[in-house]
Amino acid sequence: MNLEIPKTAYNGRIKEIRLGKGDKAVTVGGETCYPFYLFEGKMPNLPRIAMEVWDTSPEDWPEAALEPFQGVTGDPVAWARKCVTDFGAEMICLQLVSTDPNGLDRGADEAAAVVKNVAEAITVPLIVWGTANHDKDTEVLRKVAEVNEGRNLILGPVEEGDYKKIGAAAIGYQHTVIASTPIDINLAKQLNILLGNLGVRDELLIIDPTVSSIGYGIEYCYSVMERVRTAALTQQDNKLQYPLICNVAKEVWKTKEAKPPADGALTLGDTRKRGILLEAMSAMVLLLGGGDVLIMRHPEAIRLVQEMITELAAPKNN
Amino acid sequence: MPLTGIEIFKLLPKTNCGRCGEPTCLAFAMKLAAAKAELAACPDISDEVRAKLEEAAAPPIKLVTIGAGNRAFKIGGETVMFRHEKRFENPPGFALLIRDSMDESEISARLERFNQLEYKRVELTLRPELVAVKDESGDRARFEATVSKVKENTDASIILMSPSPDILAAGLKVCAERKPLLYAATRDNLEPVASLARQNSCPVVAKASTLDELARLTTQLTDSGVNDIILDSGARSLRQALEDQILIRSTALSKRFRPLGFPTIVFPGEMTDDPMKEAVIASIFVAKYSGIIVLSDFQGESLFPLLVERMNIYTDPQRPLAITEGIYPVGNPDENSPVLITTNFSLTYFIVSAEIETSKVPSHLLVKDTQGLSVLTAWAGGRFVADTIAPFVKKCGISEMVKHHKLIIPGYTAIESGSLEEELPGWQIMVGPREGAHIPAYLKTWQP
Repeated sequence: MNLEIPKTAYNGRIKEIRLGKGDKAVTVGGETCYPFYLFEGKMPNLPRIAMEVWDTSPEDWPEAALEPFQGVTGDPVAWARKCVTDFGAEMICLQLVSTDPNGLDRGADEAAAVVKNVAEAITVPLIVWGTANHDKDTEVLRKVAEVNEGRNLILGPVEEGDYKKIGAAAIGYQHTVIASTPIDINLAKQLNILLGNLGVRDELLIIDPTVSSIGYGIEYCYSVMERVRTAALTQQDNKLQYPLICNVAKEVWKTKEAKPPADGALTLGDTRKRGILLEAMSAMVLLLGGGDVLIMRHPEAIRLVQEMITELAAPKNN
Repeated sequence: MPLTGIEIFKLLPKTNCGRCGEPTCLAFAMKLAAAKAELAACPDISDEVRAKLEEAAAPPIKLVTIGAGNRAFKIGGETVMFRHEKRFENPPGFALLIRDSMDESEISARLERFNQLEYKRVELTLRPELVAVKDESGDRARFEATVSKVKENTDASIILMSPSPDILAAGLKVCAERKPLLYAATRDNLEPVASLARQNSCPVVAKASTLDELARLTTQLTDSGVNDIILDSGARSLRQALEDQILIRSTALSKRFRPLGFPTIVFPGEMTDDPMKEAVIASIFVAKYSGIIVLSDFQGESLFPLLVERMNIYTDPQRPLAITEGIYPVGNPDENSPVLITTNFSLTYFIVSAEIETSKVPSHLLVKDTQGLSVLTAWAGGRFVADTIAPFVKKCGISEMVKHHKLIIPGYTAIESGSLEEELPGWQIMVGPREGAHIPAYLKTWQP
C-alpha cells in the first residue's frame, strides 16, 4: 500500500477585508484552506489580535488581568495608547461597558465622544463593542458612527434585532459591521443576507459567531465556526465567506476559574498563570476553529498566541 | 470504506438457509452492514470471504487500550475529522514525564502531583492517566528503580521510554502487569522492541521521521504480529507536527490507509522550553487529533485548563452534558436566601451558578431535570413548564429549607408564572432576568 495524501476539495475562499484606515490598517481573511492547513492552501493574512480597552474602570477583573494596565484603567485614551506603545497592539477594541442600561447607563453622546478621543489618540484600527442591548446599541453605535465618520471603525455587535439602523449608519458613515448571532450557522447566514440586502458591502462585514471560554461551552462555538468554514470553503456558501471575529477575553476573565479559588484549592495552581493560560488556550481553540480577529486582554496571553500563530505558519525547513 | 449491505450480500453463500437467525442472506447482509449481526453467525462462509469482510469492518483507526487497571484507557477508534460530523470518541491521555536522571525528591514531588491533581466537574472526575519514564541515565538499574517507584506510588498507566531494547526490557520486568506502552520502535531497533511487545502483549510506539517511513515501520510491526501501535511522526516543529496529526487522521479515514490507522503521541515539551507555551501547544493537540500528550511537567494552572478543554472538545455534540436534578447551594445560603430555578443543561447550570457567585448573594439554585436542555428549548419542548416544575419544587424539599416562599424563574419562562402560582399554593413566583449576565443586578435588590 502506498501512502497517498488526501486533499480537501476546496472551492471557496474567505473574502479579504481591510480594517481601519491609513498605514496601520489591517487586512484579514483571504484564506483558501482550513485554519493552518497550509499544506492544502493559503492564509495570505494571518489572524490578528486586538487588545481590549474598557470605557470605564473595570470592577470585576481579577488582579492578574488588571496588573499590566495599572494607572490607566480609568482613562480609555491612556489605556489605548499604552496598549499600542507598550504592548505593540495592532488593533484596539473599545468595549462600551459603561453604556449598559443595567449598569452605568451612560448616554450615547458621551460614549461617542470617548470613542472619538480614543480613535484620535491611536492610528491602529479601532473596534467598538456595545452591550448587546438592541435599543441602547442602536442609539449609541449610530452616534459613534456619525461622530467618527470615515474612520472605518469596526462596529458591533450588530444583531437581527438592530441591524437596520446600525447597519444604515455604518453604510452612511463608512464603517465595518460586526454581524453577530448566537452560536448558530443558519442565523449567521441569515443576518449576512439581511445586511447584504440593506447595502452593507462584502468588504465591510465580519462575522461574530458569539464565543465563550474553555469550560463554558467553547465546544459549541468551535463547532459552529468549523461548520461556517466548511460551508464557506467547500460548499461555495458565499454568504458565509467572511472573516470571523472572537470577543473572547471578557468571557474568560469573568469565569470563576480565572480567579483565585474560593476554597483556596492548591490543585488549581498559580492563579495568574491559570488565567493567562485559560485566555491563551481559549483563543487557540477559536483560532483552530477559524478565528481571524481575536479580542484579547492579557499581554502575556497575547504573546503566547502570537507565537503560536507565527510557528503554525513558519516556513518549513524541508 | 465500510461495505454496503448489497456488497456484503454478494460475498455471502446465498443459500438462505436461515441458520444465522435471519430468513434470508440479504436480510443478514443488511444487519451486518448496520453492525447489528455478527459474521460468525453464518455457518457457510469461507475463510477468504471472512477475512475480506473483517478487514472491511475493522475501524479505520485502531482502538488501542493503554495500560491496565484503574487508569487504563482507550484511544483511537475515531471516525471523523470534525466533531460536528458525529463526535470525537476517545479523549487523549495526558502523561507526566519523569526522567530517570532526576533526583529522588523531584521524582517524588512529581508523583505526588500526579496523584493529587484531579478535579470534579459536571459530576465527572477529570484527571491525567499516564506517567512516562524516560531513560536518560543509560543505566539499567536506575531506570528499573525509577519505574518501580512510579509503579509503587501511583496507579498510573506507564510509558517506558528508551532507545535501548535492553533498558526497555529492564523497565518492563518491574511493571509488565501494567501493560506499559513501549517507546519506541524505530528502524534501528524494530525487531527486539517488537519482540518485547509481543511477549508482554504491550502496545508500542512506532517512531519515524516521515509519514512514509512511519507507514513502512507499522507495516513491519503488524507483519511481525504487533497490532497495538501508536504513531510518533517524529515532527518537533509545531507546524509539521500539526500537519502530521491532520494527515495521519485524514489518510486513515478517507483513504482507509491501514499503516497509518493508529492513534498518535505528541511531545509539546520537545517543541519549546517555556512551560506556558508548552501548555498552549498541548491545547492545539487536544483539539487536533492526538491520542497521547506527554507534558514535561504537571502543574495545576496548566493541567486543569487542558483537562477541561479535553472534556469540552470530546463532549458528544448530540448529547449535551447534564447534571443531576436537585438543590445546589451557591455560597452559603440560609433560610432567608433567594431560591432560583433553572434547567439541568450543564452549561446553563454553570452560567447561572457563576453569575449567582458573582452577585455574592448566597442562594439556593434548584436544578430541574430537562434531559440536558437549556431553558428556552426545554420550555418549548414542554419539559420546563408549570406542570413539570411544580411537582419538582414540591418534592425537592426546598419548602423546609427557607422561611419565605418566593421562587425566581428565568425571564424566558415568564409566561409560566400564573400557572405556577396556581400549582404551587403558598409560593410567590418572581420573574428573574432573561440573561444570566443580569442575575447579579437582580439579586442585589432581592428581599426575602
